[in-house]
Amino acid sequence: MILAVASGKGGTGKTTVSVNLARSLDVETQLLDCDVEEPNGYLFLDGEAGGSQEVTIPVPLVDAALCDGCNACGKFCEYNAIVSFGKIPVLFPEMCHGCGGCMKVCPRRAIQETDKRIGVIETMRSGNITLDYGLLDVGVAMAPPLIRAVKKRIRNNTPVILDAPPGTSCPVIAALRDVDFVLLVTEPTPFGLHDLRLAVDVTREMAIPFGVVINRLGIGDERTHDFCRKENIPILMEIPDDRGIAEAYSRGELIVDAYPEYRNLFQQLFGRILRLAQQNVTDDTSERRSNAR
Amino acid sequence: MKIAFTTSGNGLDAPLDSRFGRAPNFLVYDLNNETFEIVDNQQNLNAAQGAGIQSAQAVARTGASAVVTGHCGPKAFRALTAAGITIYTTEAATVAAALADYQAGALVETAAADVEGHWA
Repeated sequence: MILAVASGKGGTGKTTVSVNLARSLDVETQLLDCDVEEPNGYLFLDGEAGGSQEVTIPVPLVDAALCDGCNACGKFCEYNAIVSFGKIPVLFPEMCHGCGGCMKVCPRRAIQETDKRIGVIETMRSGNITLDYGLLDVGVAMAPPLIRAVKKRIRNNTPVILDAPPGTSCPVIAALRDVDFVLLVTEPTPFGLHDLRLAVDVTREMAIPFGVVINRLGIGDERTHDFCRKENIPILMEIPDDRGIAEAYSRGELIVDAYPEYRNLFQQLFGRILRLAQQNVTDDTSERRSNAR
Repeated sequence: MKIAFTTSGNGLDAPLDSRFGRAPNFLVYDLNNETFEIVDNQQNLNAAQGAGIQSAQAVARTGASAVVTGHCGPKAFRALTAAGITIYTTEAATVAAALADYQAGALVETAAADVEGHWA
């Protein structure tokens, strides 16, 4: 079971839900923080650091002796990371998505690849949780390769909870691809609803089953509930706008530690998710998988 | 010799566009026979990233050996320099005014990018 916790709007409680849910499960659980521009799940966990791994992407390296300036590489590159004006190409490694295409199309085999570091994956052990989180280097704009590297850590035999980045752009798509279920965390405000609609569109486009968690219930208005009802989207949990929860959060504490009754509520949430994901698998696995590609 | 001017219009009286990468058009002026052509740069307006590099390629294809624009970012600067294209930045309001300044020798060649990139 790979569960992604996503949202349109930032700051709705993705990390809160991810970490509390992971802590509530009675089994060994894998938590992947894919919000690599600002991973913060680790702030809520006490544990031992379990190592650090550098992540690189391949970028082109041109052999001036072999290059004849034909610009086959420049014509191929969709991102303008390499371009030749009749001489040895100019490289813009920060634009390179690491596809390796320029190397393949070069008729004189003048291009090799060299590794460019984009960030690290840190690992941490805390109770039943193994946390892997990506940390993008400052100045690097290419989050998806690092997100994919974090997802390579996925093990098959444990539940996986994946904390996705906010928004609806490439990093989110990279995080949600091939997951079994998406939990969209929102707040019942016009802002929250606006971005929830976008996130719902993305999740439907990717043909992944999903449900909603409404956080900070009590602020805003009824429109988020109305939207979910009308769109037939299951609301799987509601977390009240509670000062005690906010205070615990501000101390870096988990809700389930400050208010043990929430442990059961998060377990119920996970049960609902499992049932919905299971229903979807029996509905039509093959169609969903092929659509998602 | 040809010079490319960034512009939002399609004649000599049109405003000089201060942006290089995201200029709607290039007016490519031929100093030898005093004619010009308009080159559409529309595909660059929508590029998320790397518009300056694409613009530099578009200018290189026109055969221009100089660019006159308002500002030039770091990637465009590297690409234009690699293409052997001289860059002049000016605050002239119209293409005609910038051309007159060029012909009077009043424009100074830009030695480095004068604005930051839009990201990174």
